[in-house]
Amino acid sequence: MTTSPTRRPTYYEEIRQKGYSRRDFMKFCSIIGAYLGLEASGVAQVANALQKTSRVPVIWLHFQECTCCSESFIRSSHPIVADILLDKISLDYTETLMAASGHQAEAAKAKTMKDYHGEYILCVEGSVPTKDDGVYCCIGGKSAMQVLEEAAEGAKAIIAWGSCACNGCVQAAHPNPTTATPIHKLVHGKPLIKVPGCPPIGEVMAGVIIHMITFGRLPELDRVGRPKAFYSKRVHDTCYRRPFYDAGLFVETFDDENAQKGYCLYKVGCKGPMTYNACGVMKWNNGTSYPIQSGHGCFGCSEENS
Amino acid sequence: MQAASHKLRRVFVWELPVRFYHWLNALVIVALCVTGYLIGNPPAIMSNVEASDRYLFGWIRFIHFVAAYLFFFNFLFRLYWGFVGNKYANWHNFIPTNRKYWQEMWQVIKIDIFLQKEKEHLSVGHNSLAGFIYFLTFLAFLLQCVTGFGLYASMSDWWFADLFVWVTVIFGDDFALRNWHHAAMWFFIVFAMIHVYLVFYHDYVEGRGEISSMGGGWKFIEEEAFEKEQTSSKS
Repeated sequence: MTTSPTRRPTYYEEIRQKGYSRRDFMKFCSIIGAYLGLEASGVAQVANALQKTSRVPVIWLHFQECTCCSESFIRSSHPIVADILLDKISLDYTETLMAASGHQAEAAKAKTMKDYHGEYILCVEGSVPTKDDGVYCCIGGKSAMQVLEEAAEGAKAIIAWGSCACNGCVQAAHPNPTTATPIHKLVHGKPLIKVPGCPPIGEVMAGVIIHMITFGRLPELDRVGRPKAFYSKRVHDTCYRRPFYDAGLFVETFDDENAQKGYCLYKVGCKGPMTYNACGVMKWNNGTSYPIQSGHGCFGCSEENS
Repeated sequence: MQAASHKLRRVFVWELPVRFYHWLNALVIVALCVTGYLIGNPPAIMSNVEASDRYLFGWIRFIHFVAAYLFFFNFLFRLYWGFVGNKYANWHNFIPTNRKYWQEMWQVIKIDIFLQKEKEHLSVGHNSLAGFIYFLTFLAFLLQCVTGFGLYASMSDWWFADLFVWVTVIFGDDFALRNWHHAAMWFFIVFAMIHVYLVFYHDYVEGRGEISSMGGGWKFIEEEAFEKEQTSSKS
């Protein structure tokens, strides 16, 4: 990942330039190390990698989606994530957040794809419509499929953000009028990570990218291609309401007394027992809450058919 | 119905392992259906007891899992016994391999469903319709074991349960797996109802001691029917 035509600053240099102290940097490494499930010595590996590695160029494409993945990412709890990974530093191209527009933006993308051929990480948010030559989603005069094929050709790895890119999500529901198709069915022969969820947790998204920077390879994936560090446990297994489940204390309707007492939501349709995600551990919005904690029940956003 | 003056012969049909299998299976299937139904649709308990002082649902699930292990290994044992047991326990009783098997099946249907009386009762052990239905139940056992352990795999660290992680891939996801497991439960319940009814019915129409045979292993067979069965099984 380190070789490039011109030497780019390392992550650490960028972080210091942004005004963060060494202490802030080490805190960030510790937090990310913990998210990744690394042991204590792994934190040093993260710090080491971020000090030595030049930034990895990232191209972030948006197709049929609602941009909630990007919104989630820029709200990951640690400001360094947003500053370093999302600011102009790392993101060479993303429709939502880049400063450039029109031909200049497209030229920047083309330059990144040419200069860092085989080195950049391609992030894809959204599904790709394949029906009627892909007329249902066009960017800069090209169909989503063409844009994806061009960008995927020189990518080192592809990250499919969110349920749209991983499973097709709402727009792929029957009758799927645009034939919205998840990325793994369109791109073959490239390492691909699925980070499903609607949206995925911001810290999970950051963790996946930091893992690739630190170790220079994909994280360990489960059978459907999700990082095991975040998707190996069911929401049910880490739910703080689990003792109510084991005790047999269940909410019967959303407005009954049991709901007020915070009993288990199993009987009102909680999908926690069949959903693999890290919500119960990491929670959302800087660890504030997650659906079950707000009394709703998990709706299985990170599963294909839930 | 056979005349009362018929000469009867005492025939040892069900060996002890077969009877043991049968009653253990009956016990665990009842336990599995009851606890399984409760897991799918737990009762509303309005209680002010702290959750930390209760473990009701946990115990229901524990009983389900223990019964499931017993059910699975008991099932494996019966498959083994289908190869080493006596001729009434042999696997040939369960899979239609010849014309006679189908003919007898039709005759049993005439007795069981059309309630025709004065029909000849052929087999000493399983009649061929029963045998074939048991074959279908074995397939249901297999489905239920596989889907059950597939669901269980994600909550167990034991290597044995982990042998079943592939099941989720076959069925799509845990939700589909759960639905199959739930639907198959009703097969067991319907089977149990029909099974118990037909045992009583055959005990009455055959007069061979159908019910008690699963207790002591003996049936009482008409002398000429026994000889006919002996010669036909040799040919």
